[in-house]
Amino acid sequence: MSDDHSHEAIKKHVRTYIVIFVALLVGTLVTVGLNSLDFARFWVTVTIALFVATIKAALVAGFFMHLISEKKAVYAVLVTTVCFFAAMMYLTVWGRFQVPRGSEFIPAKEIPLKTASGGAF
Amino acid sequence: MDIPYTAKARPDTGLFNAKVGIWLFLASEVMLFGALFSAYILLRVGADPATWPQGLLNIPIGTFNTLVLITSSVTVVLSWASLKMGNFGRYRFYQSITILCALGFLGIKSFEYRDKWSHYEVWKTDGTRMTGHIEGKPYFWRTETLARKKLDSITFLPDASHYTMPRAEQHKAQHHAEQQGAGAHKPIEIKTSEIKRLSAFVPGHSTYFAIYFTLTALHGLHVLGGALVIAYIWGPGAKMWKTDPERYTNRVEVSGLFWHFVDLVWIFLFPVLYLL
Repeated sequence: MSDDHSHEAIKKHVRTYIVIFVALLVGTLVTVGLNSLDFARFWVTVTIALFVATIKAALVAGFFMHLISEKKAVYAVLVTTVCFFAAMMYLTVWGRFQVPRGSEFIPAKEIPLKTASGGAF
Repeated sequence: MDIPYTAKARPDTGLFNAKVGIWLFLASEVMLFGALFSAYILLRVGADPATWPQGLLNIPIGTFNTLVLITSSVTVVLSWASLKMGNFGRYRFYQSITILCALGFLGIKSFEYRDKWSHYEVWKTDGTRMTGHIEGKPYFWRTETLARKKLDSITFLPDASHYTMPRAEQHKAQHHAEQQGAGAHKPIEIKTSEIKRLSAFVPGHSTYFAIYFTLTALHGLHVLGGALVIAYIWGPGAKMWKTDPERYTNRVEVSGLFWHFVDLVWIFLFPVLYLL
């Protein structure tokens, strides 16, 4: 949050908020529009969609949540959070093939589809 | 004895108490939603495509909900700016739009949920599968419901396409059905003896719907909680504006931070669930 809380400073912030709001609306329509295009590879679609979402999130976090001019203590909390989040993602991905002792990992595509009573689909 | 730094910032950190508190809380929320997003990614990557019903969510409705939440995000920050400039009336105006947007978002979400709960998938004994509606649009029917109601058959209105078809083929089939109009969805009679499994699009239908409802319902609860807090500060809690305006403005700012986080989560939820 800016230390300058004069009326003029707040009015300037308000103009910025309106610009960011329009940018977010455009970003949403761009995301939906890009989705209707058929990219050759699915990972291209995923990358583009998440890239646009990250830009929008950065605008909300930076300007609406005032992170662009926040205090060091808040940045310290957020950097710690990012580190823990990365560690959690890594542990989840690292453990994705782990199964209980005595059982065997079988990829989903090799499992024949069965109903709850054991019959095949 | 008054608690210090409820309005004025601490000289060492430059923050007042509630701001430290809300950022710590948001850090825990990042871990919560992050864990669920990680679960979604790994479940999706590891799933057989025949069991992952992507493409069943209504994109125009989801887009509209996104625009509603983005609007509420800007009105929340404009309401805080109004208080900073001492304009209580304008704060009340912008914040009431925020609350209306929140209620609108929840209303649209509940409409989406209801639509899912009366939309079914049938697995037949001959191996075929179809999605559609049961005549009368009942809710929450399952395979066991047919035996319990002693039904010999159901009248089913099948959809034009199935989610296991390639996307391009799905769009073609849906476009063809739209051109045909009402004649496209002819009801068919399916005997109970031919039905291996019947399920509405509920959490029990598939892993996809389990994680979809978990993610969106948890997000919806956050929207509701945030709206209630903002409404309290707007209504009964507004007495503090007269006694301690700086502390009141801080409360509005802190509740706004939570609201922006809720919007942030939806900014990622919408493309991940609806578009990809």
